[in-house]
Amino acid sequence: MAINTNIEETSPELERLKKLYADKGFVVTSINNLINWARTGSLHWMTFGLACCAVEMMHVGTPRYDVERFGAAPRASPRHADVLIVAGTLTNKMAAALRKAYDQMPEPRYVISMGSCANGGGYYHYSYSVVRGCDRIIPVDVYVPGCPPTAEGLLYGLLQLQKKIRREGNIKR
Amino acid sequence: MSEQIEMAKAAIEKNCKLNDIDVNLGQLQLSVDPANLILVIDFVKNDPSCEFKQITDIAGVDFPENEKRFEVIYHFLSFRFNLRLRVKTQISEEESLPSITSIFPAANWFEREAFDMYGITFTDHPDLRRILTDYGFEGYPLRKDFPLTGNVEIRYDEIDKKIVHEPVKLQQDFRNFDIQSPWEGTKYLDKEAKESE
Repeated sequence: MAINTNIEETSPELERLKKLYADKGFVVTSINNLINWARTGSLHWMTFGLACCAVEMMHVGTPRYDVERFGAAPRASPRHADVLIVAGTLTNKMAAALRKAYDQMPEPRYVISMGSCANGGGYYHYSYSVVRGCDRIIPVDVYVPGCPPTAEGLLYGLLQLQKKIRREGNIKR
Repeated sequence: MSEQIEMAKAAIEKNCKLNDIDVNLGQLQLSVDPANLILVIDFVKNDPSCEFKQITDIAGVDFPENEKRFEVIYHFLSFRFNLRLRVKTQISEEESLPSITSIFPAANWFEREAFDMYGITFTDHPDLRRILTDYGFEGYPLRKDFPLTGNVEIRYDEIDKKIVHEPVKLQQDFRNFDIQSPWEGTKYLDKEAKESE
């Protein structure tokens, strides 16, 4: 098959652009990739520490694990946040507050469920006062197992979330 | 320190109506009737040889087999003499205890907790509401006849856009593994093995 690969030769317009940008440098990408790059690189997390998992969540923000090198900074308000980390035991009394915090977050929003208790009740699965998994209250993107998960575990979960955002690759969510 | 215990014990014995007094593990332990509770606690707080100025906790215990079902235990601490004191009293489900908030304001939330968990009522309490359980919670969770997993569970309803309460539905019931040590295994499995032989 004869495909004309030498576009430059056939297009005077490209030839003009090439001259224009030859010594300035440029990158070509699709708008989808650009937006996903921006989203994965600024996953500001809403701190929703409920129990001992919150301590590991704090570790992930400190210089040793330094989640901020991935552009993820802790936010105190759900209105600033992109990702909600449910860190700890979600009780029945707290469930309404969690939903309220989630509802206040702007789209696109993501949820990381951290630790056994948030994943499925964990140690308190048979308790009268604990929600058997925070996915009964809000939709969850990434589950991080462990009791509590290490800070590295949570960091890995965050990287998995970035992977998921890249894979889905939608502007609209 | 033992002298202080003896002095406090003598003073309490002399001035209070008690059912029982005992020293256990270096700590004083009294048993009183609900009717005398206020007088006893007021005495141990203010008597110069006791000075139990701090209330550490109020604990409840449920004994369904007893005629007087609930036991309420007040824990006190004396900074002055480095002593601890327990005051025990028993009441039935229908009776209520006098509130000690007039003597120890800190007892307010402890009594609310006892009310929340056991349904023990306190007369003259300024604000006897539930303190820990969910809003609109029914039942008293630490009573022995309360089911472990409770009666309701919650989830978010996407259609109604609110959190709804539903009867508990478990995929698997709670299992009690009566394992003494990880090497021996469970007793009921031994029984089943013998039966199958």
